[in-house]
Amino acid sequence: MNIPEFPRIDRRTALKWMLTASASLALAPQLSLAQKVTTAFAGSGYGTDPDLLKSYNPGDFWPLTFTPAQRQVATALCDLIIPADSKSPSAAAVGVPDFIDEWISAPYPDQVADREIIVNGLQWIDAEAQTRFGIPFVNLILRQKRAICDEICFAETAKPEFEKPARFFARFRDLTAAGFYTTPEGMKDVGYIGNVPLATFDGPPRELIEKLGLA
Amino acid sequence: MAFVTPETAKPEYDVVVIGSGAGGGQTAYTLCMEGAKVLMLEAGRNYDPAKETPMFQTTRDAPLRGVSTPDKPFGFHDATVDGGWTVPGEPYVSDSSDPRREFKWWRSRMLGGRTNHYGRITLRNGPYDFKPHSRDGHGFDWPLNYEDLAPYYDKVEMLIGVHGENDGLENTPNSSPGVLLPAPKPRIGELLLQQRAKRLGIPVIASHRAVLTQRLDHENLPRKLHPGNPKAQRILAADMQKRAACFWATPCGRGCSIRANHQSTTVQIPPALATGNLDILTDAMAREITHDDTGKATGVTYIDRTTGRDRHVRGRIVVLAASACESVRLLLNSKSTRFPHGLANSSGLVGKYIMDTVGTSVGGQIPLLESLPPLNEDGTSGMHLYSPWWLYQQQLAGKLDFARGYHIELNLGRSMPNATTFGGMEKFTRGSYGRQFKEDARRFYGSFISMAGRGEMIPNEDSFCEIDPEVKDKWGIPVLRFHWKWSDHEIRQAAHMRQTFCDIIREMGGTPRLAGSDDPRDFIARGGFIIHEVGGAIMGSDPRKSVTNQWGQTWDVKNVFLTDGAPFCSNADKNPTLTLMALAWRAADYMIDEMKKGNL
Repeated sequence: MNIPEFPRIDRRTALKWMLTASASLALAPQLSLAQKVTTAFAGSGYGTDPDLLKSYNPGDFWPLTFTPAQRQVATALCDLIIPADSKSPSAAAVGVPDFIDEWISAPYPDQVADREIIVNGLQWIDAEAQTRFGIPFVNLILRQKRAICDEICFAETAKPEFEKPARFFARFRDLTAAGFYTTPEGMKDVGYIGNVPLATFDGPPRELIEKLGLA
Repeated sequence: MAFVTPETAKPEYDVVVIGSGAGGGQTAYTLCMEGAKVLMLEAGRNYDPAKETPMFQTTRDAPLRGVSTPDKPFGFHDATVDGGWTVPGEPYVSDSSDPRREFKWWRSRMLGGRTNHYGRITLRNGPYDFKPHSRDGHGFDWPLNYEDLAPYYDKVEMLIGVHGENDGLENTPNSSPGVLLPAPKPRIGELLLQQRAKRLGIPVIASHRAVLTQRLDHENLPRKLHPGNPKAQRILAADMQKRAACFWATPCGRGCSIRANHQSTTVQIPPALATGNLDILTDAMAREITHDDTGKATGVTYIDRTTGRDRHVRGRIVVLAASACESVRLLLNSKSTRFPHGLANSSGLVGKYIMDTVGTSVGGQIPLLESLPPLNEDGTSGMHLYSPWWLYQQQLAGKLDFARGYHIELNLGRSMPNATTFGGMEKFTRGSYGRQFKEDARRFYGSFISMAGRGEMIPNEDSFCEIDPEVKDKWGIPVLRFHWKWSDHEIRQAAHMRQTFCDIIREMGGTPRLAGSDDPRDFIARGGFIIHEVGGAIMGSDPRKSVTNQWGQTWDVKNVFLTDGAPFCSNADKNPTLTLMALAWRAADYMIDEMKKGNL
């Protein structure tokens, strides 16, 4: 379960804020520091009542922050993780780098935490390319890119020195998949055929029920 | 349509109803159909599901692919307006900073309240659920029986439209013949789960949800619902014809512009408005119930959110349906020399016995569901099958180490890919990327399932709320301070849930996906997370031991009623909304009778 973050201020801060507001500081209340005041998110996101009918694009609510260099590496990685094949285009071809930029630029706590992982990871992978091959990551040929990524693509088996880069890669792959499979091209690729009105819901076909021994 | 402003509202109504969700909506509907003049106060803004529901938008249309954020905790396209476990400008206090002892309070600020986004799971309490204390010695008996409420369950189900089947299982009541709509066909994964759970002795049956699998029978239902009341029948028949059947697409949590599922804004409020007896005042935040020298309530003081000014409206009857804890807060904040501890609180029990639902979930990967052909499994967007509690007899015989049951909710199928559908797969893909990753996504799509337990919490002395002596909201209204503790019954029940779900997944030939702590005190959902909070003004048959009678009428102030979850004196595993509406209809009938008799 994704446990949401609750912005919390301690009781002392909350009371100070409220007492300042009510200008009655003279009456210092009894404080219990164990108690917590739960307040709403105070950052500037899209707010609690956005227009749900509009179709939004990255950058509509908060500015995108990738540097040109970060964007280049991110684009190369997107296409390495989800390249074009006979069934569907690559992740970069359907705008996934823009989505990742939107994600790491967002004001919300989960995304702020990801920002550090992603920005550092992109920097690391470029530095690793320089160390190993003497050229930027984006200029590597596929075999060279894979040589680096094979070391970090599975955290369980990654060498200890690659622990952090492996965590970055896992997160970046999840975000690439999130961006790609929510596009019409990505949905078509995995065979999602819903989100259309139907007159009847007929359930699974007989052959499939029989094939799984459920008849 | 009678949406009024503080200026155009009448100075006095037969009934002022605070809240527009399940309780307020149902109360206002019944009262207006029977001819009472009602003012409904809603703290949030007006909301029109016909115009505001994102019906076919994909998560690509939303910022951050629609994921949960603090601004929209159920995701961008969720119907909730200005709400969640936090509301801007309306803080609350936890007595403890220990996450295990915290209570998180969900509210929304919109016409229709939480009915706009809820799961539409509509399960009846059974006979045991009204007499839990008599059965096992814990908690409290209700001052009414299943038989008292059964006709109202039928009425609400016919009004809102509930699909399901009558399976006749223990403490899982049948509806009367002709009440339920046809159950939707199960998805392939549900059929597999049903087959395998059966081998473990766990029944899996048609779910009951408030979704129209066919159009309502507008020729016959109005007569059954409003016998002898041709005006009500005519209005309801006309309104039922405006509700379309489900077209098997788009998630119910966004709301429904074609009115195929239940929300008070699509079912109760439109016909109530059509009677001409309902006025609705939105952006009206109730502050206090006022009373006269005799101790009778006179009306409600509210804050007009558009101007920040205090206003007052008079009512012969005041109904609190602001949601359990909000209604408690209103009572406790309505202090006077006559009621120094808050209105209707001579028992000292207002705020006591807050209950939520026990919850935990387990996901799994099922190889038999890999690489299936494309299937449209959107269905009603909710589960088509579920498991009711099945161990009543073992529990009664003392074979389990917890006293109350749970049901299992299923979440599986080839639903629309979202931002997490293909996340965290590396355990199964061994870290693939590139062309192999795309192959893996095709293979694993639809093979991930999850089960969620929803169990009964027994009311306890350590779970309650009170007014914080210092903290106020942005309107200057003192806020609630919560105290929370799960008892061992709930902790052990959560452990049983996890074990059961792992057993089912393995019986399906799959692998559970467990993460985090193995300690049930950690994997039990935090207080308030399941958003089934009830109690705080429990009903009973003894004024010293309860706040209201069986009609939600407060013992101390005869013309004050509660028709939200506050009067619940137990919280069966069955999701509370249906029971809450059945009780509200019954309470409204009682109010009408008492008004006719001149008692109110």
